[in-house]
Amino acid sequence: MTVTGYRRDKMLYINLAGEMDECSAQDARAKCDKLIEENVNVNRIVINLSEVAFMDSTGIGFLIGRYKKASRLSVPLYIENPNFAADKILNLSGIYSLIPKAE
Amino acid sequence: MTRNYLKLQFYSLPVNQAFARDAVAAFCLELNPSLSALSDVKTAVSEAVTNCTVHAYKGNLGIVTVECEIEGNELHIKVSDTGKGIPDIQKAVQPFYTTLPSDERSGMGFTIMQTFMDEFSVNSIQGEGTVVYMSKSFEPEVENA
Repeated sequence: MTVTGYRRDKMLYINLAGEMDECSAQDARAKCDKLIEENVNVNRIVINLSEVAFMDSTGIGFLIGRYKKASRLSVPLYIENPNFAADKILNLSGIYSLIPKAE
Repeated sequence: MTRNYLKLQFYSLPVNQAFARDAVAAFCLELNPSLSALSDVKTAVSEAVTNCTVHAYKGNLGIVTVECEIEGNELHIKVSDTGKGIPDIQKAVQPFYTTLPSDERSGMGFTIMQTFMDEFSVNSIQGEGTVVYMSKSFEPEVENA
């Protein structure tokens, strides 16, 4: 799984690409947290999932973990563009009440 | 009636999670599944196989067996291990129940298997292992006149 980030004004944009499962999550977690730690002065973090081709329930745990991290920094987190399969899992978990979809 | 059978055996290594779900997905292609049905099967298999790595063998090396059978337009999947077993199945299948919250586990694995597949059951004996059975039926293709 590839994790890339960029800043746009006060927004941190994190792009995930590839397959998210138990095998790939650990590395993605470390990379994502590093990006968040390097950008603590943002007022919004958006995790883009459009290039995530596969995701199982590991993705739920992963996103909640990043949500907790962002919450400790008082930065709101958003999810952007999950594909239909990822969206199905995220809906089932009720995660959108914590991490809304970015408009 | 279409009949086909596949048996996979592999080490409970995390790297095999993708292999297992992709192999099962490839096997059921002959049923002409919709993209959404195929993705449901891949996700359910990924959950079952991940449970073997994370829970049944807890990081130790063990053998995971995935058996698939096609019968007509139905796919039957059996994922089994000879790991430590589940002490309380009723608890384990509850949404958000996890024994490993510190590892960022969601506790949604069994819920996803149940929701994404048509049939689901789990049998386990402590100290002997666990068998997860799932099935899904694929809509036969309708020809538009």
